Amino acid sequence: MKRKINVAVTGLNAIDSPGPGIAVIRGLREAKSLDVRIIGLAYESLEPGIYMHDLIDKTYQIPYPSAGTDSLMSRLQYIHEVEKLDVIIPNFDAELLPFIKLEKKLMEMGIRTFLPTEKQFDERHKVNLPEFGKKYSIKVPFSKAIYSASEIHGLNHEFTYPLVVKGKYYDAEIAHTPEQAMAYFTKISSKWGLPIIIQQYVKGTEYNSTGLGDGNGNTIAAVPMRKQYITDKGKAWGGISVDDEEIINLTNHFVSTTKWRGGFELELMKNSGNDFYLMEVNPRMPAWIYLSVGVGQNIPEALVRLALGEEVKPYESFAVGKMFVRYSYDMIVDVEEFHKISTFGEL
Amino acid sequence: MKIRKNVAISESGYIFNPTTGESFSVNPIGIEIFYMIKEGKSYEEISKTILANFRTDEDTFEKDYHDFVGLLNHYLLIEKENEKEN
Repeated sequence: MKRKINVAVTGLNAIDSPGPGIAVIRGLREAKSLDVRIIGLAYESLEPGIYMHDLIDKTYQIPYPSAGTDSLMSRLQYIHEVEKLDVIIPNFDAELLPFIKLEKKLMEMGIRTFLPTEKQFDERHKVNLPEFGKKYSIKVPFSKAIYSASEIHGLNHEFTYPLVVKGKYYDAEIAHTPEQAMAYFTKISSKWGLPIIIQQYVKGTEYNSTGLGDGNGNTIAAVPMRKQYITDKGKAWGGISVDDEEIINLTNHFVSTTKWRGGFELELMKNSGNDFYLMEVNPRMPAWIYLSVGVGQNIPEALVRLALGEEVKPYESFAVGKMFVRYSYDMIVDVEEFHKISTFGEL
Repeated sequence: MKIRKNVAISESGYIFNPTTGESFSVNPIGIEIFYMIKEGKSYEEISKTILANFRTDEDTFEKDYHDFVGLLNHYLLIEKENEKEN
């Protein structure tokens, strides 16, 4: 029998640089062990998921992380009174820390999460990646955080061009000259703030791995994917599941050494010498998480079950050579719905 | 020389390498040669079959065969000598 639960999910922005929410919800809808009522949590009134009524039962607007944890908490209390939430799955990097900080309070209210610890969240941060690589014996490209555009001229002592200019949370651009690096510094810092991370460019093929750690060093799920079609924003618009033992070993090593708790995505680059470099650790499920469901590892379902305190056995296999091909789709929406979510913050 | 065990070829001539996720297309002669290599046939056996079935000479085949094998190697479709069988 399926367990009936109410799950709140963020990341409903199924746009060209999509949040993972819709893919997570599709996984939960297909879960064999769960009968879910889905509560969408949105920041903006034009996040497409708000209007996907076949996937989301009810949506509430929530305050941006910059508004602080108190205002987030009071909004969640209101939503919980109405919806009796069992689990919340936050899907944005920028909102994870507030949710991690609220974990105990939410638990007292009866709401479960399954997130990395604050230490795990901090040490895998882009700014800390070199130390992370050293501590866990994982190859990472050389990088450093800079706080001022004036530091760019000195970069050629430590880096060779091209190099990658990265935002604190999102965005990355390849700069071939100091002038380009300067322009990207200004562009990305004005959007995401400081610091900006400068990373040595590694030429190669992009692979990603998504998985789930139980917090005790065990890998519950792991699915490697090769990007086949990359958008101008660097997002995978198409990908294929691959059977690369090295990626699986690297993923297991990451989970066992960090004792990772929750969903994650490893961004990897395979260079011409067939060495894998860890470019980034995303501390949540990726937007392509539905591929994991498609290949036989329902990571969103397993994550919810872990959050509920159930024992979850590790997945042992997945289908290789399954592709995901993303598409865009125009919904026709009544303006009254837009008015409702914009005015009342609920739909 | 051995084609990696997990490398598959479709009837239409698409070779899929599940380790790297790459796909390659080969023409009908390529399909035939690929199957013969996979079956463990020697260069001499393959050469004999191709020369009997296609209008080509030994020198041209030898050159094309080594080009083809070079590509299979380049795209990691052939097991390396020191590699364990998986």
